[in-house]
Amino acid sequence: MDIEPTFSKTNPTAGVVGQPMSRVDGWAKVTGRATYSAEYSGLPGLVHAVLKTSDVAHGRVQSIDVSAAQRAPGVLAIFTHQNLPKLAKTPNSPDDRKAFVSSPMGFFPMESDQIFYAGQPVAVVVADTLERAQYAASLLKVSIVPEATISSYLDPKAQLYTPKTVKGMPGVTKRGDAQEAFAGAPVQLTATYTHATIHHNPMEPGATTAHWEGPNRLTVYDSTQGVSETQKTLAAMLGLATEQVRVVCKFIGGGFGCKAWVWPHTTLAALVAKAVGRPVKLVLTRPQQFTSMGHREEQAQTLRLGATREGKLLALIHDKSSTTSPWDDYAETNTRITNMLYALPAFEGTYHLAHANVMTSTATRAPGDMPGAFALESSMDDLAYQLGLDPIQIRLLNYADKDPSNGHPWSSKSLKQCYQRGAELFGWNQRNPKNGQTRAGKTLVGWGMATASYPVHNSQGNARVRLYADGHAVVQAGATDLGTGTYTVMTQVAADSLGLPPENIRFELGDTDLPSTQWSGGSTAAGRVSSSVYLAAQDVWQRLIKVAVQDNKSPLYRAKIEDVMVVKGQLLFRTDPDTGEAFGEVMKRAGMSDIEGSALGRYGSSYEAPRAAANADPNKKDHASEHSMHAFGAHFCEVHVDPELGTVRVTKWVSVIAGGRILNPKTARSQVMGGSIFGIGAALMETTERDPHLARYTNADLAGYHIPVNADIPDMTVEFIDEHDPYVNAMGVKGIGEISIVGTSAAVANAVFHATGRRLRSLPMTPDKVLAAMREPV
Amino acid sequence: MVSDLFPTPENTSEPQPDSNARRSFMKQAGGILGLALAPPLVAQAERLTAYSRTIEGATDLTLRINGQTRTVRAEPRVTLLDALRERLDLTGTKKGCDHGQCGACTVLIDGQRVNSCLTLAVMVQGKEITTIEGLAQGDELHPMQAAFLKHDGFQCGYCTPGQIMSGVACVSEGHAKTDDQCREWMSGNLCRCGAYANILAAVREVASKG
Amino acid sequence: MNDFSYTQAASAKEATGIIKEKPQAAYIAGGTTLLDMMKANLLEPPQLVDLNQLPFKGIEQTSDGLRIGAIERMSTVGEHPLVVQQFPAVSQALLLAASPQLRNMASIGGNILQRTRCGYFRDAAFPCNKRVPGSGCPAIAGDHHNLAILGVSDSCIATAYPGDLSVALAAFDAVLTLENQKGKQRRVPITEFYLLPGKTPQRENVLESGELIVAVTIPGAAHARRSTYLKVRERSSYAYALASAAVGLDVQNGTIRTARVALGGVGAQPWRSREAEKVLTGAPATEATFLAAAAAALQGAQPLEHNRFKVELAQNTLVRALQQVA
Repeated sequence: MDIEPTFSKTNPTAGVVGQPMSRVDGWAKVTGRATYSAEYSGLPGLVHAVLKTSDVAHGRVQSIDVSAAQRAPGVLAIFTHQNLPKLAKTPNSPDDRKAFVSSPMGFFPMESDQIFYAGQPVAVVVADTLERAQYAASLLKVSIVPEATISSYLDPKAQLYTPKTVKGMPGVTKRGDAQEAFAGAPVQLTATYTHATIHHNPMEPGATTAHWEGPNRLTVYDSTQGVSETQKTLAAMLGLATEQVRVVCKFIGGGFGCKAWVWPHTTLAALVAKAVGRPVKLVLTRPQQFTSMGHREEQAQTLRLGATREGKLLALIHDKSSTTSPWDDYAETNTRITNMLYALPAFEGTYHLAHANVMTSTATRAPGDMPGAFALESSMDDLAYQLGLDPIQIRLLNYADKDPSNGHPWSSKSLKQCYQRGAELFGWNQRNPKNGQTRAGKTLVGWGMATASYPVHNSQGNARVRLYADGHAVVQAGATDLGTGTYTVMTQVAADSLGLPPENIRFELGDTDLPSTQWSGGSTAAGRVSSSVYLAAQDVWQRLIKVAVQDNKSPLYRAKIEDVMVVKGQLLFRTDPDTGEAFGEVMKRAGMSDIEGSALGRYGSSYEAPRAAANADPNKKDHASEHSMHAFGAHFCEVHVDPELGTVRVTKWVSVIAGGRILNPKTARSQVMGGSIFGIGAALMETTERDPHLARYTNADLAGYHIPVNADIPDMTVEFIDEHDPYVNAMGVKGIGEISIVGTSAAVANAVFHATGRRLRSLPMTPDKVLAAMREPV
Repeated sequence: MVSDLFPTPENTSEPQPDSNARRSFMKQAGGILGLALAPPLVAQAERLTAYSRTIEGATDLTLRINGQTRTVRAEPRVTLLDALRERLDLTGTKKGCDHGQCGACTVLIDGQRVNSCLTLAVMVQGKEITTIEGLAQGDELHPMQAAFLKHDGFQCGYCTPGQIMSGVACVSEGHAKTDDQCREWMSGNLCRCGAYANILAAVREVASKG
Repeated sequence: MNDFSYTQAASAKEATGIIKEKPQAAYIAGGTTLLDMMKANLLEPPQLVDLNQLPFKGIEQTSDGLRIGAIERMSTVGEHPLVVQQFPAVSQALLLAASPQLRNMASIGGNILQRTRCGYFRDAAFPCNKRVPGSGCPAIAGDHHNLAILGVSDSCIATAYPGDLSVALAAFDAVLTLENQKGKQRRVPITEFYLLPGKTPQRENVLESGELIVAVTIPGAAHARRSTYLKVRERSSYAYALASAAVGLDVQNGTIRTARVALGGVGAQPWRSREAEKVLTGAPATEATFLAAAAAALQGAQPLEHNRFKVELAQNTLVRALQQVA
């Protein structure tokens, strides 16, 4: 195809895409019939594996006394570093690790006696029932000779260094001479922002059920955001061919980044299942969840912002210090957003890491952009106050008409509309420009806002459409639905692409036997999978047009293929849209019960936009890769701060997001509210405390680690800006899962500042910090 | 504190002299009623014998779940949650924390919402247990399930069975009369996807149709 | 969890008899504290004795006050009209605790016996003097932001009772009825029930081995009818208190005739403050009085680096609570 089809071209009239359809998987979820990875109870001879983890954070295993556990009833096997079957390839070898698609740490436990972090697995117990496995694990006597422990980058023993790269980005980024520009700036702001360790805590803990159906045939039911990545990584680790491993994940109880990778427990489940010759189920306990699937690292960011007296930014110097594991140079890439969000002539960003006795941190909803936006959007708020400008005004003053980090034009950007609509919905023009002025009873009331942005990450994947002559279709892609609505929105896309009612579509996902596609992560799934589904449907039509034009009974007989178009399932002449016939007629005459099409869909700059864009000139180098692609948005927040009790309650919330085509406003609204609530949690209550001497978490459960409850959350308003982006993909879709959290904690902090006149720069803003701030002079 | 969240002297009726007696009578009647719904003689007989001895090791426990009598072989340490999920193939009830800190495992016992992760199966013999699988009548959803579907009261779906069971109880307790009251009394069920506003809408809608 | 045996006791005598034979056996009523700890391998009783058939029930008016059976559930008691009307602070303390589900399960006796939420106690991987006497207290040099500032010792800084009910009970002079293995009952004021950690933080209360909590009796009083429970926490619900205050005032013509004050979340035990009551009694019901009372209540505070804020927070919480009932 020279001209790649785009949804907006082939579906000019409204269908079910863009309609607030209820979730197609909703019935299964509200009746308890949705099957999650620990719920394949029908497997023959299924047994239970339980992890035993290290008490101490650093040391060497001296001995593990298994005798009592071995005698315990129901125990089938106990694995330690001394008898665990060897991996074919291991993350512990940097060369081996290159073979992995999705391994989040340069370390795999139980391959030696070394202990690097508290909670590191030291043994796996397999028994016939869960209770027996758990009890036997408690009987293991593990002796570890402790060694000196470093608890975080704040530990006096920690040594900060600047890595060469973090997540593929340079450890130091320079654009212009930021130091000089800052030194010469008439207005200078310097501030340091700190973040606690945060855990994703999906409601479903990590869970794996591993079933060896033959010596070289493994099926794994895993709570993973990417079945394909898990399949390829497990195959490499276990020394199997990719097709010998099947990974299934039909339902996943939340992920938020922590289930985007293959963590040790999944591989351990597969290893021990093979060794005991039975299907094995391994589910992390909630405390184990805190030390098994990564976290958002604790960090400090210092921002030095230089501006003109009118409020135009001149320079930004951004330093981030954070904790990483003993083996990896991992940090969230906070400077990505600080380098691109505003028209900024000079930028310098530097990462400082310290190795500590903690597992590698990992992607957590909007990695880097979320904390980066907290620092930047708080600083912008400070700048606005210092110069007597409205917070929206300072942002408009520094509005970036192109991406300052690379000079590229935006593929689309509707941020001004987000500010405007958000302000309208919130009633922002009623805002008192002075802070600390509004009271409601004993509380101080404040309003704050912040900008949101999240990039379009390149990704690609396949989909397959099987259309039946009777007007039904099965549509497949090996994607996952994290609760984001993938099942539903792909059903809508398929319905419109095929001209069928959505109830005639069955969309299947979550299985490596289906066409491969990448993970649900980085807000890529909606754009990628919808494009591949749409293009697979176009492939069906192309195949069917070929059948029709060779059929002498068809009104399209002998037509040129390019002269035929398909509108709502009707094959029609482009020049004479009244002539043609329904696809079912073609198929029936040809004796075809069904026809299949498939396609590769691309998201981001690898999408062949010039061939897709309207009126594209094939000679003009208008490549998608020459555009900067981001979703944008704005969050508005009202808080009530009790200055004596130190409590902060969010009482009103408005989010307006420009995320390209919104496939389903109902599920999209839910997703944006969810991201905002995740951000409110980080802003006000979430922190995992690690003992500063023992480097072990002291609140690793859901009583000690507070995620927001229903009573924390007010009415929320979410709207979307109608945005058409021809460059991002065939559907014009940008992801919204992550932008929904970016800027949220700054919106809350800015509202607290407006309420109290006190700037809180340390998250979470718990009562102790609010009280301390209230003691400071305004 | 906000007055509509909890009972106050102002909104609690003056106790009648016999209110205690009446209360305990009603409680007893509820218990008898609960038994009457079960096959009465068998359940009662088992209850009496089962309770008169010490139970040790795996034994056959008789549980009344969603109107059916189910037998499960389990040790006394087996929680109701693990009995449902690991032994009775009733996996709709979810395990989120296993320590009463999240509410994903919420079921009704004699109509009251409880955390099944902190409930021993052996201790709920003779009681009426309702799980998410027991709410719908065939293909007809319970109004709370339908309201969750309508208002998109979930995303990943993992906390959803617990939220729905809690919502059913919240309405029957009379704790969903205002938005704030409903938020407070639905706060024993965590939702990490952040569906709270939609959960509130669903529970309030069912309560208003009361 | 270990594999225990289970017995439903038909009588108190049978229940205490089992513990007499097997001192490591444990009572269970609601199970919300016990099973939680057993799952964390903090307790491994060989046998559980179910108390739910014992006649420790009912909420009734007696000549000593309102008598609440120890196996009544938190939800029942919290919403009972007699409790709501005579002891608003007790009702509120119950209904602000835990979650609706847990309140349906947890018994009054069990609530009184709940254990600290100190993360070092809850995780057997840590040393902890309360759990393993002599092993040390890493909380003192570690994470103690939500631990106690009153009544603490060098051995332990836990808020041994992390809950709410006993704070209100301590304020309003509740008396526990206990029954020992010989069937003998004794009455212990709740203010004398809990023990300060001192050098023996493993000993948390005066219960003898096998002794049962039968009932709690709260004497009615004007200050109890005009009472409230204010709880400050890190999220709006389903969280333990950073600081809480149970207060009751009998105010006539602007003068405080009698006052009751207890603090939660800040003491090594539910913290009855007779110092604050002394300031309040006979004084005008004004903010100045309340501030003075709050200062008196926190006079002996021994905060550490990360829980120093609790001094101010507890004072402010107390002042706010007093303002609400004045």
